[in-house]
Amino acid sequence: MLNLTKKEISERSALRVNPCKTCQPVGAIYAALGVHKCMPHSHGSQGCVSYHRTFLTRHFKEPAIASTSSFTEGASVFGGGSNLRTGVKNVFDIYNPDIIAVHTTCLSETIGDDLNAYIQEMDVPEGKLVIHANTPSYVGSHIFGFYNMMAGFINYLSKSTGKSNGKTAIFPGFVNPGDIKELKKIANYMKVPFTMFPDQSGVMDVPMTGDYSMYPKGGTRIPEIVGLGDCKMVLALGELTSEEPASLLERKCKVPYTLLPLPIGIEATDRFVMELAQLSNEEVPYELEEERGQLVDIMLDAHAYFYNKTVAIFGDPDTVLGLTRMVLEMGMIPKYVLTGTPGDNFVRLAEKIFEQYGVEGCTAKAAGDLFELHQWIKNEKVDLMIGTSYGKSIARVEDIPFVRVGFPILDRYAHSYFPIVGYKGALRLVEKISEALMERQDRTCSDEDFEMVM
Amino acid sequence: MGATILDERKAFIINGGREKSSSSAAIGIKCDSDSLSGTVSQRACVYCGARVVLNPITDAFHIVHGPIGCASYTWDIRGSLTSGSDLYRNSFSTDLSDKDIVFGGEKKLAAAIEEVIEKHNPKLIFIYSTCIVGVIGDDVDAVCKQAEKKHGTRVISVKSPGFSGNKSYGYKMACNALLQLIEPHKNQAKVRGVNILGDFNLAGEMWILKNYLKQIGIPVVSTITGDACYETLIKAPAAQLNLVQCAGSMTYLAKKMEEEMGIPFIKVSFFGVEDTSASLIRIAEAIGTEENIEKAKQFTSTETNKLKGFLDKYRKNFEGKKAAIYVGGGFKAISLIRQFNELGIETVVVGTQTGKKEDYEIIASLVGENTVILDDTNPAELETFMKAKGANILVGGVKERPLAYKLGIAFCDHNHERKHALAGYDGVINFTKEINLSLNSPVWEYVKTQK
Repeated sequence: MLNLTKKEISERSALRVNPCKTCQPVGAIYAALGVHKCMPHSHGSQGCVSYHRTFLTRHFKEPAIASTSSFTEGASVFGGGSNLRTGVKNVFDIYNPDIIAVHTTCLSETIGDDLNAYIQEMDVPEGKLVIHANTPSYVGSHIFGFYNMMAGFINYLSKSTGKSNGKTAIFPGFVNPGDIKELKKIANYMKVPFTMFPDQSGVMDVPMTGDYSMYPKGGTRIPEIVGLGDCKMVLALGELTSEEPASLLERKCKVPYTLLPLPIGIEATDRFVMELAQLSNEEVPYELEEERGQLVDIMLDAHAYFYNKTVAIFGDPDTVLGLTRMVLEMGMIPKYVLTGTPGDNFVRLAEKIFEQYGVEGCTAKAAGDLFELHQWIKNEKVDLMIGTSYGKSIARVEDIPFVRVGFPILDRYAHSYFPIVGYKGALRLVEKISEALMERQDRTCSDEDFEMVM
Repeated sequence: MGATILDERKAFIINGGREKSSSSAAIGIKCDSDSLSGTVSQRACVYCGARVVLNPITDAFHIVHGPIGCASYTWDIRGSLTSGSDLYRNSFSTDLSDKDIVFGGEKKLAAAIEEVIEKHNPKLIFIYSTCIVGVIGDDVDAVCKQAEKKHGTRVISVKSPGFSGNKSYGYKMACNALLQLIEPHKNQAKVRGVNILGDFNLAGEMWILKNYLKQIGIPVVSTITGDACYETLIKAPAAQLNLVQCAGSMTYLAKKMEEEMGIPFIKVSFFGVEDTSASLIRIAEAIGTEENIEKAKQFTSTETNKLKGFLDKYRKNFEGKKAAIYVGGGFKAISLIRQFNELGIETVVVGTQTGKKEDYEIIASLVGENTVILDDTNPAELETFMKAKGANILVGGVKERPLAYKLGIAFCDHNHERKHALAGYDGVINFTKEINLSLNSPVWEYVKTQK
């Protein structure tokens, strides 16, 4: 099945085959869903929002809400101004959010709709807000859309009153609700008052109550986004995802930021914890020491099963970089690391990690696709694949154990509730990776190697 | 959520009326028009319509000319199975970037087609135009023609910019692409047999239908587009009759084939016992010999009898249950209402994304006065009416599933995410089991205690 891929690697200049990314608007919607009582609004034709809602619904198994400007030919010729006016009025009338977060599409970008001007001229009901971000689908990937929408909120709302609110802003990067909960837990352990922005926990992981709420309890509150301008500093997690909004906030409100890798694995989590410790001047509490110790303990217990195993890692840039460090900490070799999101920094950072751990013969690529990854694997196989659901056909054809991590995961349940960040997240990754490798060994090893105790 | 129904939306919502003169109720409904800006529409775009129709063609390169999103969201639209090539399950795109938007994407498209032809030597390539291609004005037709001329491979342009209408218009564009493909083969000699139009082999449904037709002695010439490939598609003009299952997407193609190739068509449905039996007998009557008709009668009555005990067993599980339906096309909604009737379940809410006036007339005649009929509805309305009418189960697509669950309502996917075939007698068994499973899962006990 799906064995189109040939071993001979040939350069492709124009054809993308089996992408490892998707477009900006879906990232923008996900960011906007992390704001309390916010309606994401797609300024373009209907199909886009239908796809985005489907995509998010399949990953989170939750309703993902977003409205559309419903462009037709008229709007694409004469501009989408009147569609947006009608749309905004209708959204407030029917769905009554506190804020509408408008993002553009490739269509509205190309016809040159000036969202800023439309919004300035618009009648917005008292106490309600409309903001926007430019998210052309033909630039970057969903990761760009995610941070551009964060920047949109900051641009419109964040203000500096000149008086610090004593809080630290944490930008969590493009992660699941389970990760955000873990980050909050760690910040609370470290006694750092914080604003998490955006915050999809409590929005895309809503408990079953028998009722549907279009605006669940979670999400960053609007006053908190305004208050970002008065924060002491920003911990921007994800070197390639969070810098843009953090540097905007610095330019606009003079809030300094520290850029950190996503806290995946021991070292990156240590860095996050130490930054928090510096901010609060608190000791690291026993609970966190214990988690770290348990993680190291399990890594030690199982280390023989990881040593020198080769891995292919693919997905979003910061997630992939985090996993690359993590597998190196476990003694594995990240043979191929690939992201679909364009940007030279990814390769530079990945190579720095290879160098730091002294591994050779590993390949990193940005703006790649899964066809190419498959070709690499055909030429030199790996022991394990870690990435999104889209890797499953390669894993099947090549018969490689496969651990699902990242976005999107469309074919498994409950993943978005559990973290991959923090010591707990790393512990879970160790479990998942060892399960995959040992399950494989049990299934295919010879009788002599079939063990009851592993 | 409040029960806010916008004034502009009111014309899209009516009540059914078995008792009343049926057509007068339905004539009032507004449908087949553009969605209102600012609603959380469940509808999709022209490109989506074209893609879902053509994607099941298994040995074609489906290249999406546009930014990456359109291709990645439709990658391996699931459930459409193949008995041959699995090329269609890959995702190909020109992945247009800002530079291409400024300077035009024709060169990149031409290069992409070259790369495909040189390395994979395909028989058939579809090029889908997305929103942006419509705006920047790439001459996709010209690029396709040139590539055809140079390589002798069929390279067919599918004109599907998202904004140029709605999903139905996309179906039409897909049909036009199919016409382009089969037109050069329209003068072949007729053979005895039918084409099946508008079954997409989700969960293998085409195989079930083909098997039924085999049982009653009707040969199948070509399947459009479930489990289709280049070689079988070009044989389509040789058929004597077209069977149209998904009327929304395929009536246009059937009409064109009637006009241009002299192939008459009948509309059929294979959802539910009643529709499946009626359709098989009509097919035999339309094309078959006395022997075929006799076989069809015998086959349908045997199959129906086989199901009796099965359905009786389940019917008591469904007593007093009420259903809501929200699906793409009108024809499917009609079949589902009938099928729920067979199970003893009353349909209390029924809506479609792209139903036509004549569909709504039939729908109105099939349901009671208290049933709400909706066109192009949104989650807020759906929620309001499902609650008001006390629906126990919703039949819909991927975006409706979590909404139903959150409301404590059971769910059955009758779209791309169906896990088992829902067509034919086999489908009746799967559908009934699935409805039963979802309605009677022990998980609802815990939901009740939480409420």
